[in-house]
Amino acid sequence: MSLLAGPDGPAASSGWSAEGPRKGFFTDTSICIGCKACEVACKEWNHNPVDGPMEILGSSYDNTGELGANTWRHVAFVEQGRERIEEARESGRRLVSLGMPGIGPKPSGPRGAVPAGDLSSTDRTPPDTPEFRWLMSSDVCKHCTNAGCLDVCPTGAIFRSEFGSVVVQEDVCNGCGTCVSACPFGVIQRRDDGTVSPHDEREAPDERRGTASKCTLCYDRLVDGEQPACSATCPTQSITFGETEELVEDARERVADLHRRGMTEARLYGANPRDGVGGTGSVFLLLDEPEVYGLPPDPQVPTKALPQLYLRTGLAAAGMAAVAALSFLGARR
Amino acid sequence: MSLSAFDAARPPEGPRRRGGRRRGRRTLGEVGMGDGSREGAVVEDVEIAPGDDHGSYYGRPVVKAPPWEEPIAIYLFLGGLAGGSGLLAFGARCTGREVLRRSSRLTALGAAGLGTIALIEDLGRPERFANMMRVVKVSSPMSLGTYVLASFSTVSGVLAVLEVDEMTGRRIPLGPLRALLRLLEGPSALVQVVTAPLLASYTGALLGNTVVPTWEAGRAHLPALFASSASLASGGAAMLTSPVAEAGPARALAVAGVAGEVASMHRMKHAMHPLEAEPLEIGRAGTLLRWSERLAIAGGVGALLGGRNRVIAAASGAALLASSALTRFGVLYAGLESVKDPRRVVVPQKARLAARRAAGTTDDAITTAD
Repeated sequence: MSLLAGPDGPAASSGWSAEGPRKGFFTDTSICIGCKACEVACKEWNHNPVDGPMEILGSSYDNTGELGANTWRHVAFVEQGRERIEEARESGRRLVSLGMPGIGPKPSGPRGAVPAGDLSSTDRTPPDTPEFRWLMSSDVCKHCTNAGCLDVCPTGAIFRSEFGSVVVQEDVCNGCGTCVSACPFGVIQRRDDGTVSPHDEREAPDERRGTASKCTLCYDRLVDGEQPACSATCPTQSITFGETEELVEDARERVADLHRRGMTEARLYGANPRDGVGGTGSVFLLLDEPEVYGLPPDPQVPTKALPQLYLRTGLAAAGMAAVAALSFLGARR
Repeated sequence: MSLSAFDAARPPEGPRRRGGRRRGRRTLGEVGMGDGSREGAVVEDVEIAPGDDHGSYYGRPVVKAPPWEEPIAIYLFLGGLAGGSGLLAFGARCTGREVLRRSSRLTALGAAGLGTIALIEDLGRPERFANMMRVVKVSSPMSLGTYVLASFSTVSGVLAVLEVDEMTGRRIPLGPLRALLRLLEGPSALVQVVTAPLLASYTGALLGNTVVPTWEAGRAHLPALFASSASLASGGAAMLTSPVAEAGPARALAVAGVAGEVASMHRMKHAMHPLEAEPLEIGRAGTLLRWSERLAIAGGVGALLGGRNRVIAAASGAALLASSALTRFGVLYAGLESVKDPRRVVVPQKARLAARRAAGTTDDAITTAD
């Protein structure tokens, strides 16, 4: 059920004028160096508190763990040996040979909005390390075309912005938690332990306490014509911000480029508007199966099945009423 | 790729020790040499997931469970009880069963009222519960359910006040309101009977419309399961509170509910991937659901065979109420448990993706090669 998405993109279908293009991220994990500058910039800009006690999680250099109410950017670290690299390459090759329409290297075109400090001319070839490799990927809210959290929010606290992003109004949300279970990517979460503010304002009440929190695509920065904090700070341009359409074009070019170099493990995640969430505003270039990065392999927005579910609910209600009626009609006095 | 000349002085690393589940060992050649000539893992005791174990990110959950705790299970139970009692109250009204009507109406209001309190209690910001009424959203079962609950509770309040007024010999100082309330009795009873079955079954849509593996996989059967559970709970409550002479329809509803619940639970599990059904069978949820089934069958048999004995009827009614409560707790806990293991998300998703591909649909995957 595509209640909130049409051919003009999610922003236009939600009542915004179709003039503004959809904005989003392209995260090219093949050039991520795992510096976590995006995590830090995000926390700082959005005044997000720490996630519980600081501890070593034992998962490589990742001591953040996962996206959540207080963590809107998360850098994943995966260490792989030769065997896994070959498997990843093979699974990528199978993906290519699925015979999907439009396969083949694309003619290179001019880049879209090039951010300051253009690195596109430099050699971005990953180092040739067949025995061992790091996978590093900065995960973020996907800002889905068909956003489960937005669909199920009963208060209208979650809205589609004029940039096509999905934003929670923390002063409206009453923390019912429905959105948490409707996100196929496990991104949005209710901030229940967020009483620790950054130390300079520890006494200040946290406005997001008890409400659902997630990445806003730095809505406050976008309305001022800035780009989000994470992409602005990314030193390798692994995270690029821009118009989704151009970013996807860039991403396709990049994958074709990597394939030409024999890195068949490269693949895109979220660039398909026919997928279970109607495509995402945050597109990723991955070097292995999505589940390796903690991403779902086949996310489906739950509201897609809602018409059938309502039908089932109606049938159950009708059945229950019918049984009750029969109970009275058939009862002896 | 060495960055420092001092890397050459690093001693060769011994084999790494790794605890926990079965994990393959990497040889020195795989992880990089101590001479720094190749890239290698730097942190000791890093868990590398090889072979068949690589389908997750360090075993962390892929999706998140909603922050729903015991109050939600209590609400699921009480909402069902209220809905079923609403149906019984209307039937009793039409067939002149006065005690059954009165007790069912009082049960309906009590359950709906307590359930609403439980629902508000579980909010992150309970003081903002009225924000639920800001919008009407068809795409949100929570939104529609709120309106069902609100209308049901309102008319149940009217009907219960009238019943209490009647019971106390019209001693409630209602004044001119009494005439108005009596005028509203008919429409209120009508609204109650229309919203009652929806109140009992919409919670199935609420849980089904999620990505929590066990609930998502059971979404086709949850409404029927919850409607059945509501039927047996309200039948049980009426058997407990009404004389056997009037409780005949309640017994029939309860027995039908037991049959429906056992059948829909069986069909629901059968339709699931084994990994999705498992949380319903193991651990705390499994225990609760096993006891729920036992109590339901015991209560159903009691209602069928000994329902005309006041003591047996009351005992069966109590067993049925307990069974319904256990069902709701069991289903809630099973869902919360099912998100903890990423395999319950990843394996069924990969299976359904592969099934679609095998059926010839290759253009709807989120992962694409170009």
